[in-house]
Amino acid sequence: MKPTMLDQSYYETANEIISRYPLEEKSLIPIIQDIQATYRYLPPDLLDYVAKKIGITETKAYSVASFYENFSFEQKGKYVLKICDGTACHVRKSTPVLQYLRQELGLSETKQTTDDLMFTVEVVSCLGACGLAPAMMVNEQVHPKMTPEKAAELLKELRAKEEEGRNDDQN
Amino acid sequence: MGFMTIDGQRVEFTNEPNVLTVIRNAEIDIPTLCYHSELSIYGACRLCTVEDDRGKTFASCAEPPRDGMVIYTNTPRLMRYRRTILELLLAAHDRDCTTCVKSGECHLLELAHRMGVDRIRFKNREAKYPIDESSPAIVRNPNKCILCGDCVRMCDNVQSVNAIDFAYRGTSTLVTPAFNKTIAQTNCVNCGQCRVVCPTGAISIKTNIDEVWDALADPNTIVVAQVAPAVRVALGDKFGIPKGENVMGKLVNALHRLGFHEVYDTTYGADLTVIEEAEELLERISSGAKGPLFTSCCPAWVKFCETRYPELADNISTCRSPQQMFGAVIREYYRNPEINQGKKLVSVSIMPCTAKKEEILRPESMTNGRQDVDYVLTTTEVASMIRKSGIRFENIDGESTDMPFGIGSGGGVIFGVTGGVTEAVLRRLQTGHSRVEMDRIRTSGVRGDDGLKELTFDYMGKEIRAAVVNGLGNADKLIKRIQSGEVSYDFVEVMACRRGCIMGGGQPVGAGPRTRKARAKGLYDTDVNMQIKKSNENPMVLALYEGLLKGKTHQLLHRNLGSTEN
Repeated sequence: MKPTMLDQSYYETANEIISRYPLEEKSLIPIIQDIQATYRYLPPDLLDYVAKKIGITETKAYSVASFYENFSFEQKGKYVLKICDGTACHVRKSTPVLQYLRQELGLSETKQTTDDLMFTVEVVSCLGACGLAPAMMVNEQVHPKMTPEKAAELLKELRAKEEEGRNDDQN
Repeated sequence: MGFMTIDGQRVEFTNEPNVLTVIRNAEIDIPTLCYHSELSIYGACRLCTVEDDRGKTFASCAEPPRDGMVIYTNTPRLMRYRRTILELLLAAHDRDCTTCVKSGECHLLELAHRMGVDRIRFKNREAKYPIDESSPAIVRNPNKCILCGDCVRMCDNVQSVNAIDFAYRGTSTLVTPAFNKTIAQTNCVNCGQCRVVCPTGAISIKTNIDEVWDALADPNTIVVAQVAPAVRVALGDKFGIPKGENVMGKLVNALHRLGFHEVYDTTYGADLTVIEEAEELLERISSGAKGPLFTSCCPAWVKFCETRYPELADNISTCRSPQQMFGAVIREYYRNPEINQGKKLVSVSIMPCTAKKEEILRPESMTNGRQDVDYVLTTTEVASMIRKSGIRFENIDGESTDMPFGIGSGGGVIFGVTGGVTEAVLRRLQTGHSRVEMDRIRTSGVRGDDGLKELTFDYMGKEIRAAVVNGLGNADKLIKRIQSGEVSYDFVEVMACRRGCIMGGGQPVGAGPRTRKARAKGLYDTDVNMQIKKSNENPMVLALYEGLLKGKTHQLLHRNLGSTEN
């Protein structure tokens, strides 16, 4: 179930994050939030590591971390695409946007991240941007009034940006 | 302190922790699924909801009593609520009740009958979770879980183990180990207390009944049983016999009828343990070894200590538990071809405990790499075998246990209750055995219900400090105090289950305060009626040291530490 052993650097990063908070039960959520912010997911081995450091059981830490949808034990893509399916977005046709993205990226309800760890497509209940429905977020950026065409355009841009980044690295 | 009115009755209360207790003291059995007086209050099942004179409803378990309260416990509205709650729980429950192991003592089913649930208006959720049979002690079936959280709080609040907890949210909520591990992959100590409080069949005993039936039916085997002290004062619960009554005689008869060739008493094994452990204690004290000697009779405690406090593993007695000492002796005895008649020995032990099922598999308790005890049956499993056979247990006569291992001492019998091991060791260290001396030990503070008892006694002019602790949560607290240097002891008896083996994870469930008391009294009364009080005066044990055990005490009676071979 658990992925392969983590690199030592993960534990060093975790130590640094843990040192920002008092070693007590209630530091669990801020610590794992910071870890997730660093790695875009919460490596299961680090959850156990943090739990031991702050003096709680792994079971208790898992109970908390699995309760919140926000924590992910699986690696996420570099670009996390959150498609809002709240009432306003749903009636203004968010479903075709979602369908397009899933089809284009070869994803589904159970498989949310592409194998190259570039894109993750998630459905969220409300982004609080109902006036811009249907709304979508790419990492921290909100994109208003989405259509499958606009989504296609967006994917193209993101892929081009990646391509450029790779070329820069090579040169 | 004050008065409240419950269903028109004026009721006095003093220091009850909640309205629920006041209601129950007024002889109204208000239903609950998530309330246990020894666990923290959870308020999840809402079955104990009551109504006040202003029509406000609240869960009585989570409400402190106040003077002048006017409460109704059975209004039509409350009855409707309770029915709906039960219907919803049953709709999310795997209802294969006819073939469920919990059938007959399921608390959910009992309440559904009591509340008159005769149909369920909601569609049943389809069973979808795999059953976890990885543990040698317990089976976890999440499809029968109603999320009352009793097991979670038992494992966490009382035992400080926290092998399972709630995970996920909403309709996906599940009681599970972290990351969906199996129970066997966790720090579970197999104490079975989760199963004791589980109101449904979601956590049950991993049974070995079928293997034992097969052995009994095989003409090429000799099947022998050893019966632990705590079994005899609890088995009667299953057959309507008064609580705490010692039914050892009937049990021996029933086991003979089931086909067991010989039935021995684990009290004999306990006597061996007392002798070996007292010896070890004296050696430790005279050599000035650091830290206390912890008892090793309780396998749940041994596993807890090994995983949580590996640095203390060397302080655990090297003695095997009574079951394992006796198992090794029985195996050795039956190696003699005159005794085994060319047949294969199947050694069964009958225990109040689920952790004993794991103990027999532990390499350090094996002799020459071979498992000594083949199967452990809990009290509950033996009761179901007796039932299946049709034997009218309540009507059959008593029989005595078989020789040469049928005689035990009073010191061995009281092993089944917290403080018993310590009391037996004290008797062993006491030179005389007059009534006065026995009484002095009895009243030294070694007896009683408390989670932690402390006492000192004098041995040849030296003061020996002992602690008796039961419940792993209490043990955990004590160890922290020992490690901080706040307290120090020479001898610490630990039993993983609150009140000791009489309340073990394999015992008949539903034992409240009266039953607990009756079981402890049952063992102490048995001790009173035994001619031999001290383990080291058991003539059969002494004969064993002169015979079979000569030169083999270490091989047969102690754990093979530091190696898994031999």
